[in-house]
Amino acid sequence: MYLSIQTNYSMGRQQIATLASFTLLEAWRTRLMWLFVVALALVFGAAYFLQQLAITESTRVLIAFSAAASRLAAVFVLSLYILTSLVREFNDKGLELTLSFDLRRSDYIIGRLLGFLLIAFAMALLTGLPQLIFAPLSAALQWTCSLALELVIVAALSVFCIMTFTQLMPAASFVAGFYVLARAMGAIQLISATPIVDGGALSQRVIAWVIHALALILPALDRFTQSAWLVDGAAGWPAIGACALQAIIYSALLVAAAMFDFYRRNL
Amino acid sequence: MSARDERPLAAVPGILFAALFATLAAQIAWQAAQPKPVARAEALETPPAVNALRVVSLGEPVALAQLLTLYLQAFDNQPGISIPFRELDYARVIDWLSAILALDPVGQYPLLMATHLYGQVPDPARERLMFAFVHTQFLQDPNRRWRWLANAALVCKHRLKDLPLALRYAREIAERAPAAPAWARQMHIILLEDLGEVASAKILIGGLLDSGEIKDEFELRFLIDRLKSLEEKGEISSSPSKN
Repeated sequence: MYLSIQTNYSMGRQQIATLASFTLLEAWRTRLMWLFVVALALVFGAAYFLQQLAITESTRVLIAFSAAASRLAAVFVLSLYILTSLVREFNDKGLELTLSFDLRRSDYIIGRLLGFLLIAFAMALLTGLPQLIFAPLSAALQWTCSLALELVIVAALSVFCIMTFTQLMPAASFVAGFYVLARAMGAIQLISATPIVDGGALSQRVIAWVIHALALILPALDRFTQSAWLVDGAAGWPAIGACALQAIIYSALLVAAAMFDFYRRNL
Repeated sequence: MSARDERPLAAVPGILFAALFATLAAQIAWQAAQPKPVARAEALETPPAVNALRVVSLGEPVALAQLLTLYLQAFDNQPGISIPFRELDYARVIDWLSAILALDPVGQYPLLMATHLYGQVPDPARERLMFAFVHTQFLQDPNRRWRWLANAALVCKHRLKDLPLALRYAREIAERAPAAPAWARQMHIILLEDLGEVASAKILIGGLLDSGEIKDEFELRFLIDRLKSLEEKGEISSSPSKN
């Protein structure tokens, strides 16, 4: 029995590796990285244009704009790629074919996610490389690590959303709404904590409570990958460690939720 | 899809060709018939609340501050029309500059705009407004912002002819900005000496260069241009009149 479990475990690992490698192959053949490089070139072109408009702090303008815009571009491209890749697999009945083999549903999710995570790391590296030229080394390294961790959450979120909604539009809308809310939540909490008028009113207290509850279940993405680290001083590795912990906890939650939905689905 | 997968053009019905060209022609005709855009000066709006800006920034206040700075800087140059700085509503300009500094307190750009752009209009009341703003901001972070107050002090002496105000600013630099270089903390000496505006500006800019405060080549170029224009103005005013 022990041998059987071990054989199953070893086969599962092999299947996960195969799924991950096919995910990478798909990204290579659909020229995802070239598309992303073009997007980065456009971002840096726009940042250079803004730099030329600046009278002072021109490098600061270049770094702040390029960092913020390339971060958004990485999130947008990765998320849309994951959603369309999985939707295509659903529509082409590739998922049914894959699951007709001796493959556990959880291994399918892990294998696909592993492939997406490797893509995410490559994108983070590509995004961080230009910042090494303009910003101090330690700050650029920390910013890149933080971006990779942020993309881990975005990848897990995208997999969860498409597994749950199965349609591109609702899944993409949910990912966009979730991401914007997670990045603005810190500022929203600050505003709700200090209302200008009648902070004791029931409506104010209910709103503050709802916001507080939302903040508990959302990842604090506003603490990730800040362009201020590149222009004002590095965040420090303990801050990146906190981001890593947050990314591990939240992506594990999203993967569990995705598996939960996937196991319940009739295929 | 590669070209080999496509059907020949002959497969497209003739009516579709006609429809394509007809609609394209209609679009061009429609756009050609539209009146040309007219340049219209827009008033500077009040900036959104800092809290709202923080939400909109999605956790990137520095990047948003830089974009707002460039927006404000370009406001005098609207499409097809150029508005002199003195026609801008300075109370609103100050609101914008304050909001930008609240988003990015480390940035110096808004203070450069206050002293070198908006503080250079030939309108003493507006100049004083800008210098009061610079002074308020200086008090919040003297060690980082002293050089803008030093610049304001020079302008107060030479352009506004208000030596007491200039001396007050210079003394505040000495009292509150221990990180400023010695020459900046002794600015009241420069102010009390009988130097012209160009000579004083040279001392200020030279001192800033020596202390390594100015590292940005764009700012360096900007300041050198300003110095040159001051020198030209000085030459014109000192040359004998032909009338």
